[in-house]
Order: sequence, then C-alpha cells, then structure tokens
Amino acid sequence: VCQIGRYFFFFQAEDGIRDFCLSRGLGDVYKRQEQGIAAFGIGIASVGATAIAEIQFADYIYPAFDQLVNEAAKYRYRSGNQFSVGGLTVRAPYGAVGHGGHYHSQSPEAFFSHAPGLKVVIPRDCIQAKGLLLASIRDKNPVIFLEPKALYRNAEDEVPTEDYELALHKAEVVQEGKDITLIGYGTQIRVLKEAAKEAEQDGIKCEIIDLQTIYPYDIETLVESVKKTGRCIVSHEAPVTMGVGAEISAALQEKCFLYLEAPITRVCGYDTPFPLAHELVYLPDKWKVYDAIQKLSLIHI
Amino acid sequence: IYTSKLNFDSVSEKIPTFRVIELKGKVIAKKYDNTDTATLNKIYEKMVQLEEMDMILLQAQRQGRISFYMTALGEQACTVAVAAALNDIDLIYPQYREHGCLIWRGFTIDEFAHQCASNSRDPAKGRQMPVHYTSSKLNFVCVSSPLTTQVPQASGAGYTFKLQELDRIAVAFFGEGASSEGDFHSGMNFAATLGCQTLFLCRNNKYAISTPSDEQFKGDGVASKSQGYGMLTIRCDGNDAIAVYQAVKNAREYIVKNKKPAFIEFMTYRQGDHSTSDHSILYREEEELKSWAQNNPITRLGLYLKKKKYREIDEESDKELRKKYRQETIKALKSAIEEKKPGIHELFNDVYDRQTDNLEEQTKQLREHLDKYQGKYNLKNFEQL
Repeated sequence: VCQIGRYFFFFQAEDGIRDFCLSRGLGDVYKRQEQGIAAFGIGIASVGATAIAEIQFADYIYPAFDQLVNEAAKYRYRSGNQFSVGGLTVRAPYGAVGHGGHYHSQSPEAFFSHAPGLKVVIPRDCIQAKGLLLASIRDKNPVIFLEPKALYRNAEDEVPTEDYELALHKAEVVQEGKDITLIGYGTQIRVLKEAAKEAEQDGIKCEIIDLQTIYPYDIETLVESVKKTGRCIVSHEAPVTMGVGAEISAALQEKCFLYLEAPITRVCGYDTPFPLAHELVYLPDKWKVYDAIQKLSLIHI
Repeated sequence: IYTSKLNFDSVSEKIPTFRVIELKGKVIAKKYDNTDTATLNKIYEKMVQLEEMDMILLQAQRQGRISFYMTALGEQACTVAVAAALNDIDLIYPQYREHGCLIWRGFTIDEFAHQCASNSRDPAKGRQMPVHYTSSKLNFVCVSSPLTTQVPQASGAGYTFKLQELDRIAVAFFGEGASSEGDFHSGMNFAATLGCQTLFLCRNNKYAISTPSDEQFKGDGVASKSQGYGMLTIRCDGNDAIAVYQAVKNAREYIVKNKKPAFIEFMTYRQGDHSTSDHSILYREEEELKSWAQNNPITRLGLYLKKKKYREIDEESDKELRKKYRQETIKALKSAIEEKKPGIHELFNDVYDRQTDNLEEQTKQLREHLDKYQGKYNLKNFEQL
C-alpha cells in the first residue's frame, strides 16, 4: 500500500496515517504535483500494488485529468485485461465549505463520471465514508472517491471499529416517503433531509435517496422510487447544466415517463464559478429544494 | 559557495556521448569490448528482423491492408540492445517505437500481425490502432498514444519494486519531444527524490514528428535536464549497439545496488517518417538523410562482428536471413488479415473487471439493433458468438 499526497496539514483527518504506514513498512509519499501523484499511483497499481492517491482539494485534480481519463480509465480495456490499475483509489475533499470560493469548493464529479473505466463514489457521512472507502480501495477498478470537506470538522457518528464495506453501485433509500423522490449525494443529503422536514409540515412525505456511487450508478433503486412517487427532484452543488442531475433526469424520464405526474426537476448550483461572497445564495439550499417540492406537488395531471 | 562575479553563462560544456565502436566497426573503448559473442550475434539478428518486419508492414499500410504503422528504422539498437541488457522481468513502459524490445523478448511475428490487423487473435481485441502493442507475459506495458504518460507511471512501478525489495526495475522509454511534456518533469522528479528503481531511456532521434530537436530545447539535449534532477545521467551513441548494451547493463546494476534511478539519452536518428500519417521529406533535407544513412546501427555492428570474426552470418546468409524474415512477415500478415475481427460483445468487455448494469443494457440494445437492421451492417467479418 502506498499513500501518496500530503493532506493532514489542512484537515488532520488522518493524523495516524503516516505512522501507520511507516510502522508497517508501507510507502508514504508526499508530493505537491497532481499529475505526478495520479501517474505515480497508476504505476504502483499497474504492478498489482494498492495506491491511495490524495489530491489536497478536488479543485486541483485537473492536472491529473489526462492520467485519470486517458490512462487509468483505459488501462484494462486497451490491454485486453493484461494490465489494469484496480489498486488505485484517488481521494479528494470536494464541495462547499462556507468560505472556499472558486478553488476550495468545487464538485468535479461530473467530469469523471463521463470516463468509462473510472468509478466515482461519494459518501454522505462518517459510517458511509468508511464502508465506501474500503469498498473503493478493494474494488478492482480505479475509483475517484470524493469526500465532503464540509463534514470533516462537522460530522460525528458511532463508526464501527471493525472492518466493513458498503456495496458500490447501490443507492440507499435514506428516508422513505410516498409523495416525491429526492435524489442527491454527499453533503447535499443533509440539505434534502432538512427540506423534507419543512415539506412534512405541509403533509408532503418525501423519499430521500443517496446515490453513493455516482458512476456507474444504481438506476434501479431510483426507478423503483419514482414509479412509486411519480415526482422527482435531483439536487447537487455542482452547476446544473451538464451535471450529474442532467444524466439522472434523462435516464429517469426515459424509464419512468408514464409514471411521472410532474417534470423531473433539478435544484443545483448555478452555471457560474463557485463564488465567495455569494455562496449563501449560490447553494441549492433547503429553501430552494423545499420550493421545488411545493411546486411539483401542486402539479396534477 | 558564493561568488563575486556576476556571470550570465549557461552551462558551457556539452555532455559527451559514450561510444564503443566507430561507424566502420572499429573499437575505441577497449574496456567495454567484453560483451559475449552469442549476445552480439543475437542482437544483430534481431535488429535485422526488426528492419525487415518494419519494411513489410510499412508497405502493407501503403497498400491499404492495415490502417496505420510506425517504423523504428535507424533506431534498432536503442531497443533491441536495450532489451538484451535488461532482465526479461524488468517492466518496460514504452512510448510507441520500441517493438524491438518485443522482438528480443520473443513476441512472434504472428502476434505483431494480429494486433496490426485488429483481429480476434489480438489479445487486446482490436481495441487500439496498430503498433499499440502489449504483453504482460513479456513485461511490456500497453502502448498508448498520449505522449510521456508512461514516464511517471514507471517511477511508481520502480518505487514499488524497491519497497518489495525486488531485483527488478521499471524502464520508461520516450523520445526527445516527449521530454517537453509535464509528465516528464513529474516522472523524473518523483524518481530522483524518492529513489525509484527506474531507468529512463530517451531516444533522441532528432525529430518530434516535424519538429527538429534544435527547436525542441535550447539547452544541451535531454541529458542536461536529467542532471538538473540530480539523477545519474549518461549520454550514449544510440546507433552503437555495443555502447547501448554496456550503458544499460551498467545503469541497471547501479539502480538495483543504490536504489536510485538512472537516465540514458540515446543519440540516434529517425530514418523513416514519424508514422504512416507523416511525409517527412516535406520538412527534412535529402542530404541529412543520406549522411545519417552512413551511421546505421545494423551495419556498424555487422562490421564489428566481421572484423572480429565473431559473425556467424556472412553476406550470403545475411541475404537469406533477410529473405526469411520478409517471407515470415508477409505470410503472418496475410493470415492475420484473413482472420475474423473480434466478436461484437468484445466492445463491452474489460471496461471494468466485471460487467456493470449500464453496459449489460447497452450490449442488449446493440444486439437488438443489429438483429433488426442486419442488412445495413457488414458483419460477416466479425467473430460470431
């Protein structure tokens, strides 16, 4: 195993990792070069070892884009399965944090969800973070694991100390409801829960689904829910146009058209760079989600 | 060390080029004239095989029988002699002009032909253009078109071999043009600072497609850059098979003993076009080609072997040898082109280790589409399930 990157300075999320690695004779490598970090990790994984490459902020992952999309994603396919880099997991903190601005707040999941051969996974909270990360590391394909940075200092839970994995490619119904389906992932699940609470007061019962694996995603769980409720909102911080929400809306309307009572609606970030002073109004917050729930609930065919 | 002189000099001395034999095969470095004759003869034979195979497959592309090809004309020593000096288990990360290493390690003419013909016998299932070879059995990572991406990957692999305490190195090949990419900097710096068991081999063949090397950099070639990273650096005559062999053998020993990387810049010349999509006479002079033709790696080694009476091949048998390789290549190519293309289902395999739902669904969609519109697609050349 080799943990590549340098991280702890900012988030102290892994105080023990360095000692852990060194005490077990594992590699622990610190570098400040994203394209190198990804490529080095690919090299390690290409000879069958495990590499956990960390990009300090997902906003800085783009120099690694060529290596991840042109190399990691295609390693197995182009060689007819003679070589692969399944041992590679790339972790990066993503998303709004309150004061991050353009370069400490981005959600780049859509870029990597468009590269066949990669997988993209996003946990919503502590328990999911451990289970999904272990599953991602052990999965025999390169995985981009985006961690909600807003939750680093803000999330607490009783996380089981034993080894456990949560299945990839499985969405989780976090809350059941019969009236409308709310689909999201990562930090946004908290927002959906709060919006649902507001809607509850109007007698609207929301079903909330956490996608967990963004790509390839679990369309079946989404379809089952939308066929039941007939109404759907997809919500994420990333800009609305060409985001993950666009894909899900398209796929769901293809499969559930005749079950829909209202158009599928996206409540997402605007098509602007992530702002600093305007973060408050940029984000798809609970009031915007609540408003969409209201509007969709009023439509009756 | 401080100085009171304000001198804006760049480095004044060029790094010298290591050479063992001259153009006519005369030995100038007796100390390194100790390679065993069996190896030298095999290097000679394999370089000839490479040249003959290249000429036939190049013609095959011109005749429209394969879609694309890249030759290694003039650069045979920088791959064949390299592979001879490495251990077979050393993992090669190629650019795209190193099929000489595959020939040395035993990739068969049929295997080359299957990949170029993109047929069902290609283990990579016709997924990539010709010359994008790979063989895990022969420790040759898959060729990919993006330049230089393999260099930092080789650093990662070499680092892993070090941690695993293996007598094994990773070898990154790249051209002098590729050394201008950002990945070159990544790979070299990571390797030097982390102590990776990686050998960096630059084929400075004077052209990056149409860009001549004097427009590629203003410093002293690529070797001077390597020195900048604090790495062991050698510049070597890439058309001197013996020098190549000796340099790589010594570099390999250094790497494994010291657990540090090394770099060799091979000075050579790209005799052919960059690829079949290139027409190099448009940007190079006939004289330049003629003058470099005097410095041919196969001829030089042949003259050395003849001088030393080590050569197991005389003029007659050399002709026969070349004829044999030509005929083998022609036969293999003909048969490869007649093979079926990989089955349609191979389009969807190997994206991941296991099939995902979206790909299963798309497989089904395509199958249904092809059944319905059978007459509109010419599928008889594809292997049926």
